[in-house]
Amino acid sequence: MIERLHRDEWGRLLSALIHAVGDFDVAEEALQDAFAAAVVDWAAAAPRNPRAWLYGTARHKAIDRLRRRARLSAMAAALSAEEEAQTLTFEEDEDVPDERLRLIFTCCHPALAPEAQVALTLRTLCGLTTDEIARAFLVPPATMAQRLVRAKSKIRAAGIPYQVPPLEELPQRAPLVMAVLYLVFNEGYSAARGDALIRRELCAEAIRLARLLRAMPPVPVRELDALLALMLLHDARRDARTDTAGEMVRLADQDRTKWDRAEIEEGCALVQAALAAAPPGPYALEAAIAAVHAEAERAEHTDWAQIAALYDRLHALHPSPVVALNRAVAVSMAIGPEAALPLVDELSAPLAGYHLWHATRADLLRRLGRREQAAAGYHKALELTQNGAERRFRRRRLKERSK
Amino acid sequence: MKYLLLIYENEKRFENGYDPKEMAEYGAFGKEFGKAILNGHALKPTATATTVRVRDGKRLTTDGPFAETKEQLGGFYLIEAKDLDEALHIGGKIPAARYGSIEVRPIMTFS
Repeated sequence: MIERLHRDEWGRLLSALIHAVGDFDVAEEALQDAFAAAVVDWAAAAPRNPRAWLYGTARHKAIDRLRRRARLSAMAAALSAEEEAQTLTFEEDEDVPDERLRLIFTCCHPALAPEAQVALTLRTLCGLTTDEIARAFLVPPATMAQRLVRAKSKIRAAGIPYQVPPLEELPQRAPLVMAVLYLVFNEGYSAARGDALIRRELCAEAIRLARLLRAMPPVPVRELDALLALMLLHDARRDARTDTAGEMVRLADQDRTKWDRAEIEEGCALVQAALAAAPPGPYALEAAIAAVHAEAERAEHTDWAQIAALYDRLHALHPSPVVALNRAVAVSMAIGPEAALPLVDELSAPLAGYHLWHATRADLLRRLGRREQAAAGYHKALELTQNGAERRFRRRRLKERSK
Repeated sequence: MKYLLLIYENEKRFENGYDPKEMAEYGAFGKEFGKAILNGHALKPTATATTVRVRDGKRLTTDGPFAETKEQLGGFYLIEAKDLDEALHIGGKIPAARYGSIEVRPIMTFS
């Protein structure tokens, strides 16, 4: 039960504590202490309102810490005066305030480095440990710890406020939060490095935070629906994307009965709403592409022409070689490999170091019967792939090719 | 908190003097944020700058600014703001923000 509370309530409890004591580190350490105390205190019986117990206990511990820090005497004096006036205010029925929106906007403040925004979001809102975040992003734990320390001290030293930005600033600030959620999701979904192909927890956390953000009335950004749809539609395929041995399965070969229908339905409804609100942004178009795949019961039913058209629009909005590469794949399926090869070749300069460019080109060559050239391309892709599961997949394809 | 707003812009813009319209904008900015602004000055161009450093006890004086860059420090405001967001808001209202950039630095307090 304590483990579940830690997972589900950490972000909310921490967001309220930071608001109460005004310091990230003190709040974090106090909350950790409170959970440790719970393990001992709840051995016989858990309190009626565990969340309020944890909050009240952590708040006490935080104030203790602040008292000990003589430097912060002013803050502590104010807090302990308040404390004495209302000894043990954390009555069991009292609910803990939810300040997660303040927390997420502070973590995703533009004054923090983007990689620090992602790390700090995972640390504070999702309760991931520094080691877990370091592993997810494949950096040494010491590097990640330093990144977090720097971010927290910048919040303190530069005076980054703990607040939801005013309405007129939301159109600039909300996209930063969405970008962080998108990064968290992507890191979980494609796990660029490391051995497991999918880091489910990261995907699940990104979806949870997107839902949270959506439920908050001051965030009216329509692209948020599209972002949530995009994440749900990709996440729906998680069980089919790897086989029992953890190896990667291509979209065309996936067992589509394993796709999560509930997530697909929710995602499709959201994307329809987002598309109706013209003009669609990049998240909406990406979600629409995922929806076309999700709607095909069998791979050969996929409406590739529509996917190619959606990639056209995405490319017009966000010209990028990776989008162009995906568009070429859709063209190869809608028209044929001979139509797609020149499109892929055009991208050789910007994408020479990208393993999927080599893999895509090799696949087209194979379909055109140019086996030797294809094999060379698969070799190159293999060299450039960092993810273990993906490497094994490419190696297998290479073996199949040479048979 | 106190913040120093450092105004960086290409000083070539002022080779032929200051644009009166822009000067009026600075006047309006000063009025709008008069309460927050504690101090502020424009600097003479970097051609008038001299850099001094002491190494091994010897003073080395060189002509010119600390670094040759596309944008130069052209002036500053010292302001009092509630937090970084307010400082960024005020910084964004400096006319030069449209041509160059404003570096926002919290002032260190030694307690």
